[in-house]
Amino acid sequence: MPSEKSTNQDLPEWSIACRGLHVTLGGKQVLNGLDFSMAPGEIVSLLGASGCGKSTLLRTIAGIVHPQSGTIEFGRGGQESKDREAELSFVFQEATLLPWRTVESNVRLPLELKSSTNNGVSIPELLRQVGLNERDWGKLPGELSGGMKMRASLARALVTDPDLLLLDEPFAALDDILRTKLNELLLQIWSSRSRTIVFVTHNIAEAIFLSHRIAIMGQGKIAEWYSVDLPKDRRSDIRSTLPFATIYGEVAKKLEEQKR
Amino acid sequence: MSMSRGSSNGISLGLQFLLPVAVFGMVLAIWHGMVVAFDLPKILLPTPKEVLEAGWEHRTTLLKGIWATGQAALFGLGASVLFGTVLAILFSQSKIFRLAMYPYVIFLQTVPIVAIAPLLIIWLGNGFWTIVAIVLIISIFPIVANVTTGLLSIDKNLLELFRLYNATRWQMLTKLRIPVATSHLVVGMRISSGLAVIGAIVGEFFVGNATSYDGLGSLMTQWQTQFKTDALMAAVGASTLLGVSFFVFVNFLSRTLLRRWTQALGFESTK
Repeated sequence: MPSEKSTNQDLPEWSIACRGLHVTLGGKQVLNGLDFSMAPGEIVSLLGASGCGKSTLLRTIAGIVHPQSGTIEFGRGGQESKDREAELSFVFQEATLLPWRTVESNVRLPLELKSSTNNGVSIPELLRQVGLNERDWGKLPGELSGGMKMRASLARALVTDPDLLLLDEPFAALDDILRTKLNELLLQIWSSRSRTIVFVTHNIAEAIFLSHRIAIMGQGKIAEWYSVDLPKDRRSDIRSTLPFATIYGEVAKKLEEQKR
Repeated sequence: MSMSRGSSNGISLGLQFLLPVAVFGMVLAIWHGMVVAFDLPKILLPTPKEVLEAGWEHRTTLLKGIWATGQAALFGLGASVLFGTVLAILFSQSKIFRLAMYPYVIFLQTVPIVAIAPLLIIWLGNGFWTIVAIVLIISIFPIVANVTTGLLSIDKNLLELFRLYNATRWQMLTKLRIPVATSHLVVGMRISSGLAVIGAIVGEFFVGNATSYDGLGSLMTQWQTQFKTDALMAAVGASTLLGVSFFVFVNFLSRTLLRRWTQALGFESTK
């Protein structure tokens, strides 16, 4: 079956529905008839062992990897028609900033590439929102710490005001304290404007803290879904509560079962 | 362990400067000692002092020679940078063009310049532009090879980022590939700057004999036939100075005009 990406007016704004995705990379079957769907404004984390296809699924949704077969549908719910790329942003594991451009100039890059206005998003406001002070805006990435680089990368992803945000282990290289801060920042960004977010991580606590649902992957498929039964308005102190610990234990057990 | 200020690996900056100067002084002393001890004739090996005196005596001629050779080398190097970069961009944009043409660029690197110089004289005449053409042939390969590598060795994530935003081929080239390749261009220019001076002097060996061309290469052949070994050695010193100044010029460009790209990519020290 040929791969196709289409928009379906019957689905609500920016829901995603992947059906029967098959992706082979370098002769290896990475996604094996994967089905995946999420509602608009939902945050879903993809968890699973290394090489189970989490990043490949994210890249396939983004259109970077093309599936051999299967369909990906983006629901738009009667909104005015916009192209998929205009509504989607990707945050890589590394900050991937252009080292010769200042922070502000890096954040502006997607707008330059699209030759578009910034959809009403004020870059200074955005930079402040992600925690970058005015004195940092003119700095080159080489002058920034790992955390600041990632904040700039997040600002760049948000500058087009995307409806769908795809994040591929963006905080994996950061220490725990910084990771927690950036997790909180991501939730603040989500609560200020509800976006559909797909988040790839190896960290169970991070997945629980951020997500409404967790998709546990194994053998190129979604092996199991887990609904995170926690209030949507979360702060980092929720990590030390009993419900959080209980969910952690259950997710860890399911993950362990998948690895067997 | 603490290190003294302004030092590298514990060696002070002053010592870093003094050591090569001391070696140079020792070489001069040994050279002078040999000439005196073996009573060598001036025509075979003049003393350092005699070379300096000859340089001073012919200072106007030598300065004119440096100017003429420098001009030819600079024009040729400029042409190499221009044509080499354009070729590299074409190579980066079309694999078929790269496969078809790259062997001929390598051919330019391997062609013996002494064999092709007489042909160039027939085609372009005895003059400045023949020398520029020789400089171009001798110095273009490092530019093409390095810039092509730079244009093609782009971080996979950055390429994906640009594709994600539907960047056009032109945007990909101007906003990503060329900035990344700038530091590679500087590497190529550093190699080519030395080759450009060599090319200009070699060109003048051929062109200068038949004309009144007054480059360093022409002066060298002229003084060689006149057995003016001291003046010839002064010309060798002048051409070395010219080569070094070209290298310094490229470094200056790298640290000033191109600093944003070379430093950002870790090519130049931030200090």
